[in-house]
Amino acid sequence: MAIEIEKPGVGLSKVAVSETHGEDSPYFAGWKAYDENPYNESSNPSGVIQMGLAENQVSFDLLEKYLEEHSEASSWGKGAPGFRENALFQDYHGLKSFRQAMANFMEQIRGGRAKFDPDRIVLTAGATAANELLTFILADPGDALLVPTPYYPGFDRDLRWRTGVKIVPIHCDSSNNFQVTPEAMEAAYRCAESMNLKVRGILITNPSNPLGATIQRSVLEQILDFAVNKNIHLVSDEIYSGSTFSSSEFISIAEILETRGYRDSERVHIVYSLSKDLGLPGFRVGTIYSYNDKVVTTARRMSSFTLISSQTQHLLACMLSNREFSENYIKTNRERLTKRYDMIIKGLKNAGIECLKGNAGLFCWMNLSPLLEEPSRESELELWKIILNEVRLNISPGSSCHCSEPGWFRVCFANMSEQTLDIALERIHKFMERRRRN
Amino acid sequence: MRLVVPLQGVVQGRGGLIFGSLIPCALFYFLQLYLKRHRSPNSRSNPPSPSASAQNLAELTRTSSRSNLLSRGSIVPVLISSLATSISKPNDSPYYIGLDKASEDPYDRIDNPDGVIQLGLSENRLCFDLIEKWMLENLKDSMRGREEGDLSISGIASYQPLDGTMELKMAMAGFMSRVMGGAVSFEPSQMVLTAGATPAIETLCFCLADHGNAFLVPTPYYPGFDRDMKWRTGVELIPVHCRNTDNFVLSISALNQAFNQTRKRGTKIRGILLSNPANPVGNLLSREMLCDLLYFAREKNIHIISDEIFAGSIYGNEEFVSIADVVDSEDFDKSRVHIVYGLSKDLSLPGFRVGMIYSFNENVLAAARKLTRFSSISAPTQRLLVSMLSDARFIEEYMVTNKKRIRNMHDLFVAGLEGLGIRCADSSAGLYCWADMSKLILTYGEKGELELWEKLLHVAKINITPGSACHCIEPGWFRCCFTTLDKEDIPVVMERIRKLADTRAASRG
Repeated sequence: MAIEIEKPGVGLSKVAVSETHGEDSPYFAGWKAYDENPYNESSNPSGVIQMGLAENQVSFDLLEKYLEEHSEASSWGKGAPGFRENALFQDYHGLKSFRQAMANFMEQIRGGRAKFDPDRIVLTAGATAANELLTFILADPGDALLVPTPYYPGFDRDLRWRTGVKIVPIHCDSSNNFQVTPEAMEAAYRCAESMNLKVRGILITNPSNPLGATIQRSVLEQILDFAVNKNIHLVSDEIYSGSTFSSSEFISIAEILETRGYRDSERVHIVYSLSKDLGLPGFRVGTIYSYNDKVVTTARRMSSFTLISSQTQHLLACMLSNREFSENYIKTNRERLTKRYDMIIKGLKNAGIECLKGNAGLFCWMNLSPLLEEPSRESELELWKIILNEVRLNISPGSSCHCSEPGWFRVCFANMSEQTLDIALERIHKFMERRRRN
Repeated sequence: MRLVVPLQGVVQGRGGLIFGSLIPCALFYFLQLYLKRHRSPNSRSNPPSPSASAQNLAELTRTSSRSNLLSRGSIVPVLISSLATSISKPNDSPYYIGLDKASEDPYDRIDNPDGVIQLGLSENRLCFDLIEKWMLENLKDSMRGREEGDLSISGIASYQPLDGTMELKMAMAGFMSRVMGGAVSFEPSQMVLTAGATPAIETLCFCLADHGNAFLVPTPYYPGFDRDMKWRTGVELIPVHCRNTDNFVLSISALNQAFNQTRKRGTKIRGILLSNPANPVGNLLSREMLCDLLYFAREKNIHIISDEIFAGSIYGNEEFVSIADVVDSEDFDKSRVHIVYGLSKDLSLPGFRVGMIYSFNENVLAAARKLTRFSSISAPTQRLLVSMLSDARFIEEYMVTNKKRIRNMHDLFVAGLEGLGIRCADSSAGLYCWADMSKLILTYGEKGELELWEKLLHVAKINITPGSACHCIEPGWFRCCFTTLDKEDIPVVMERIRKLADTRAASRG
């Protein structure tokens, strides 16, 4: 078959051909291995168990029960009177009832220790879009955001790809449980300066992904002081705020602002979503909560590119404004996650593996550095490959999260049944035994 | 805080004056001290509320920075990006201003008969009764997953493919094929689904062009393109002017001229952006013209984006030809052709956010797929639509009825305008007509057109879109969307225009 080549093919943009989507990193390569050989209790018991996806499946039954008992949420009432209005509703302000329900839900999660104004909520189709949108608004192409390591691998794509903004890491290590320090923030700032990059903000994830731990009050104060001092923005991604194991241990940046009388609040923005806490990533629901009027206005306008379906807004407005449901959900979800966490920590301990002390999230931060041939990234990736291919578990290597210390791995525990988690722990146990014997 | 010092009395040594002036001054001084101490910029227990959220900020409230002023002495506010700064400016396009005004004071035949009649939003409200009926009969079943459970969400709660489920793609392929007269079949694997046509267009732009590149766009065009194609991509839109004498149909020579002129000043053209059916004019591109455009694109080695979002809103007798049809039947290089579609117009569901990119170029699809993570369709909506679109009987009834009703409204509305001496361009599609109101303009030109628009909005209280907002080179043309009206409202609209026309004729004469 002859192929005529008259001229070079019609070209694509730099964005289209760039690698910044990051889908060639091990974080995503492991997913491919899972897709090709997925574990199934009955049909494929020796397949790869997915422990690299931070999804919450422990509380589905609560959602299903609510929907069964409240069919009005999934429909528009008898005769569907509200349907027409809902189907036409594409206002980027979002449904007032939904924003009110989100504000209430966010308050409940924080035990009422912070108040949220529904008019400061901007809706986006997922937290991925929220983070990207905020980056477009707070920084110009070529500017930098400071992000503490280790961090969620998706940030490399979400914060940088189309925005042209750079990430300068704030290095954290195990000497103090990977907490951010003023020295580390200063060092990152100086590093950015030396590269002639203008720092526009600092982005923290609290509770942290991949550490699975909340940020302490004193550290939050230091981070806010740093942002004030450098006159930059502070974005707090609190997507796991409802997935803490105890209600009192999570301190939101909103609470810090409240105790300071909202002084310096115009630089603070919170990202939230229902993908983790409510286990509804397929619904694509994210929010930006900003204390800065201009940011709220521009984010709202820009959200035209990423609106939430009005059908979904209606459904969730019903669900989340049902106090009985939301209170019970938050409490029960917390209990179940705690139980899972205890189960995995115990299982790993029995296998001789230590984890960072965690108190939140859908994963734990596991220390396998004693198993490394040498303390290097290559060694870590070697170990990761062995675990993927021999033990058949997909876990996320710390290097994909830009961790400066090799040997740490993120292990998700909420996206599977208890039985599957048992199998995974058994496999790890056997693997560790084999290694001890050799 | 100023200290008032009663110098006069002190210097002149007159006791009475001292007391007379000292005491009030002292009181004044202590009053200022009291005010300073007790002025609290924000309440201690509640977060500051945002300023009155008009979509167009005339003035920005800076409550938080004022507090900075008092507490730290520094008055440098934390900056936002240049992009955000330009977006935060009040919206000065009549297109958006009109939409705001109409939504603030919406006309209702019974509850608000003096309100603003909205003719500036191309929304189709004519067939909701059919969709509502379908919902009532089918909703429970449509939300059921493949499992037996009632309203099971386990199929839709978890992460879905970010560019849309295969079920929805297949359903959309079938629907699009039916909409476009069955002449083309669409491949689900060549689709990327997005939360509305707005992100579809932007995503395509990100894939095809770099910052500073340009697209050629025939005028008049949909005002939203200025936002969707330019804001975040940094791409330029080069207008290719079409004229009334050609019934606003594009000419290749105009396209060529625009291409050469732009290239001369050093800007790279990456493609042509077409709307077919056209918005705001409502005419269709002929098969011959589509071929000519494909030849042109091949010659210049550029892309063609064809926004076919109104393909299902044909009311005239002319046949709609999709660029997919032409590309299939002739031997054209498909890799440069991309189609944008969505359900906001043809199925009246703009709130549900369902759009798509359809491309023949694997590389574009691969990149676009990855970008959909920023604008995916919500899973419950995908499930609902799979049900609806797969109901062939319903879709057939809907399409036939929709066409009839749009045609009826169009004929009534255009006849009404003709009765006022206002002629409309020849059109056969869309939810609007393109009306020549130049006779009503006082001074012929863009200023005169905007003055007429303003009077229509504030005095006659009807919101229609002036041609200048659509970059039309000939003043006096206005887009009037008639599918948001009931038949009974048409005489009201005509009466209001007539009244305004009479007043202006009187003042001129």
